[in-house]
Amino acid sequence: MMADAVETLPTQQLEAFKGVKKVPLEEYFTSGHRTCQGCESALVMKLMVKAAGPRTIVLGSTGCMYVANTTYYSTSWVVPWMHTQLGSSGSAGLGTAAALKALMRKGKMKEEPINVIAFCGDGGGADMGLSAISATLTHPQYNVLILLYDNESYANTDIQASGMTPYGAHTTFSPPGKVKRIMHTRWKKNVAGMLAAGHPESKYIGTVCASYAVEMMNRVRKALTIGGPTFIHSLDPCPKGWDYDPMLSHELGELAVNCGIWPLYDVENHRLRLYGRTKALAEKRARRQPVRDFLVRQGRFAHLTADDIDYFQAKIDEMWDKWLLPGVLPIWKDLEVDNPPAS
Amino acid sequence: MAKVIEKAQQEKEALISGSEAIAVACKLADVDVITAYPIRPYDTVMQYVAKLVANGELDCEYIVAESEHSQFEIVKHASAVGARVFCGSSGVGWMYAFEALTVTPALRIPMVAMVGNRALDDPGAFGVEHNDALAVRDLGWQLVWVDSAQEALDTALIAYRVAEDRRVFLPCAIACDGAFLTHSQSMVKIPPQEWVNAFLPPYNRGDLQLHPDNPITIAPQVNEDWLMELRKHNDEAMKRSRDVVIPEAYRDFERIFNRSYGNPFFEEYQTADADVVLVGMGTLSMPVKVAIRQMRKEGKKVGFVRLRWFRPFPAEQLAKTLSRFGAIGVIDRDFSFGAPYVSGVVATEIRAALYPVDKRPPLLDFISGLGGREVTVPDVRRMSDMLFAARAGTPQPLTTWVGVRE
Ligand SMILES: Cc1ncc(C[n+]2csc(CCOP(=O)(O)OP(=O)(O)O)c2C)c(N)n1
Ligand code: SF4
Ligand SMILES: [Mg+2]
Repeated sequence: MMADAVETLPTQQLEAFKGVKKVPLEEYFTSGHRTCQGCESALVMKLMVKAAGPRTIVLGSTGCMYVANTTYYSTSWVVPWMHTQLGSSGSAGLGTAAALKALMRKGKMKEEPINVIAFCGDGGGADMGLSAISATLTHPQYNVLILLYDNESYANTDIQASGMTPYGAHTTFSPPGKVKRIMHTRWKKNVAGMLAAGHPESKYIGTVCASYAVEMMNRVRKALTIGGPTFIHSLDPCPKGWDYDPMLSHELGELAVNCGIWPLYDVENHRLRLYGRTKALAEKRARRQPVRDFLVRQGRFAHLTADDIDYFQAKIDEMWDKWLLPGVLPIWKDLEVDNPPAS
Repeated sequence: MAKVIEKAQQEKEALISGSEAIAVACKLADVDVITAYPIRPYDTVMQYVAKLVANGELDCEYIVAESEHSQFEIVKHASAVGARVFCGSSGVGWMYAFEALTVTPALRIPMVAMVGNRALDDPGAFGVEHNDALAVRDLGWQLVWVDSAQEALDTALIAYRVAEDRRVFLPCAIACDGAFLTHSQSMVKIPPQEWVNAFLPPYNRGDLQLHPDNPITIAPQVNEDWLMELRKHNDEAMKRSRDVVIPEAYRDFERIFNRSYGNPFFEEYQTADADVVLVGMGTLSMPVKVAIRQMRKEGKKVGFVRLRWFRPFPAEQLAKTLSRFGAIGVIDRDFSFGAPYVSGVVATEIRAALYPVDKRPPLLDFISGLGGREVTVPDVRRMSDMLFAARAGTPQPLTTWVGVRE
C-alpha cells in the first residue's frame, strides 16, 4: 500500500500482446529517419512506441536516435517528441511526468493517463546520465519509463568507447595498435542489475533484446502499466559500430543471449524472473553457446587473439557460475565470513 | 513567516527576506513545478518554498533534484508540457546547470529562476559576485537585478508575465545579491491574490505544448539549414521583450498594484542636477545612496543609476541618460579577466552602448565588492573623487580595483 504522501496518477492498462499476429499495425515511429541499414536501435524505437500507443510522450537524449531520427521538417515521430540533453533522460522523464501530474491535479489539463517514456543511449544513460536516472527511480509518485538503448558505444559521434563497450572492442577511441592490441580493458557495466539492486521504489526493471520483439514490446507495456519510475535496458546490435553485415543484426541479438553475454530478465514488483532463452540456460535446459560465435562475426573484435577470447569466455563463465544471481548481480556466491583474527 | 500586519486595501505587510519574498511570489503565481538543490545563498528560497508546500499554502510538484543540471532540466521539460515552473541556484551550482541553462532559452521555454549571486569557486566564498548570473548573458536569458525584498517579490511576478508572454517565451533570472538581499529582512507589501490574478494570465503554450493532442516534435536537428533563422527568432523575441513586453508589464503592474518603478530598466537617484554619475547593479545601491547624501551636503553633486535589466540591455536609453553627465563611474561587482581595458562586464557593456552617442563622457570602471566584501561609503567617495578629477580633465585609470589590499 502506498503511504498517503505518495499520490500517483492512474496508468494506461496495456495488456500483453498474445503473439505477433495480435500486435496492431499502427506505427508511431515511421518514415523520415536516416539510421544505418540494419540499425537495431531504430527497431527498438518503433517497437517501443508501438507497444506504448498514441497517448504517449517520448523524450530522447542526444545520440543516434536523436540525430538520425529527427531532422527538421521530417520527424519520424507520430507521437509528441522532445529532445533532451545527453545526460538528461532521467530528468526529462521526471519533469514531464511531474508537469502532467501537477496540471491534471490542479485542473489545468484534462485528466487522462499519458505514458511518459524517456530514452537514452548507453553513453547518455549509463555514463553521463546515470545519476539523473538513479534519482528518477527514487520518485515513486511519477509514472515514467526510462529506456536505455545500448549499442555499446557513443555511436553518433563516430563510435567511441563508453562504459558499456565490451572488453577489447575496437572503437575510434580504442583502436588496436602496434604496441597495444587491447586499448579498451574495461568490462561492461551491469546497469539493469545495478539499478534493480539500488532502487527499491522501482516496480519494474528489465532487460530486452529486439530480436525477441513481442517479448520486448510486452515488457514496455508491463513497465508502463505498473507505473511509477521504471527502467528497461535493451541491447541493440549496431552494424556500423560493431562492424558486421547489416543482415546479421537479428542474429547477433540472439547470439548475445545464447552466449549468455546478454541475460534476459526482469524484476517485477521486486521479484526476479529470467525469461526466454536465458531462463533455459539458467535451468540448464539449453547449453550456452561459446562467446566466440558472437565475437567472430564482428569486425570490432577482429584483432582478438585466442587468449583474448579465452579471457572473454572466462568472464562470462564467471557471470553464470560465480555470481550470486547468475548474470544479474556481480556479487559472488561464496560469501566470505569476516572472521576476527585469532588471538 | 514573520508577523503579518493587516493593512488597508487588502495588502498585507510582512517582515521578510529577499528569498522569502520570492517564495511568496511563487505562491501568488500558483507555480506548478519547483525543483530544489542546496547551495548557499539562493537555497533559502527553497527552504521557504518547502514550508509553503508542507503547510498546504502552495500546490505544486516540489522535487529535490540530485544536481543542478537535473534541477534545471526537470523544470525545462515541465515547462514544455505547460507547467509554470520555478528554479534557482548560486555560484558553481548555476555553472553546474550550464548545459540546461543553454538549451532553455534556445528552446523558447519560459522559466523564472532566482540566482542568489555568489562568488564562483575556487577558493570557496559564499559572498556576492555577479559573475554567476552574468555567465548566461549571451544565451537568451533575461537577467534582472533587484535591490530590495519588495522589488524581488514584484519583479518575480513581472518576470512570469514577461517570460510567459508568447511574444517573448524566454526564461528570466532574478539576480539577488547573496546575503545582502537573500538573507536580509525588510517590510514587504504582499499583494492580494486577486491583484496578481488580474496581472498575471495563466501560462499558455498554445501550439507549442508537448501533449498527445498536439503531437509536435521539439528540437529536431537543424544544422546549417535552419539554425540561423532560429537564432534570429530568439533575437527578435529579446528585442520585443525590451521594446514592448517589459514596458507593458510595468505599466500594468503600476496600474493594478499601485506601486511604480518608474523606468523599468534602471532607477535614477539624484541625477537631475548631478555633475557625475555612478552606475551599478544590486544592493550596492545602499552604500552608494548613503555616500551620495553625504557628498551632497558637501556640495558634490553625484547621482546614481541602478541598472535593473541587464538582458535585454537598455542600451539606447541608458546611453542617452548617461551622456548627460560630466563623468561616469561604473561599479562592477564582477570581473572579466583580459576584457577590453581590463574592465568588468557592466562597464564594458556600457562603453559599447555609448559608442554611437555623440557626447561620450569619460567612463571609469571600479571593480569592487567581490566575494561579498562590502562596498563602503569611503569607497564610494573615493570613486566619486576620481570622477570629479576626470570631469576636470585630469586623466584617470580606466579601471581601478577599489577596496583591495595592494
Ligand atoms: C554534454 C554533451 N557532451 C557530448 C555530446 C556529443 N555527443 C552527441 S551524441 C553523442 C553520443 C551519445 O552516445 P549514446 O548515448 O551511446 O547514443 P548513440 O549515439 O550511441 O546512439 C555524444 C557524445 C553532447 N551532445 N552533449
Ligand atoms: S551507428 Fe549504429 S545505432 Fe547509429 S544509426 Fe547506425 S546502426 Fe544505428
Ligand atoms: Mg550508444
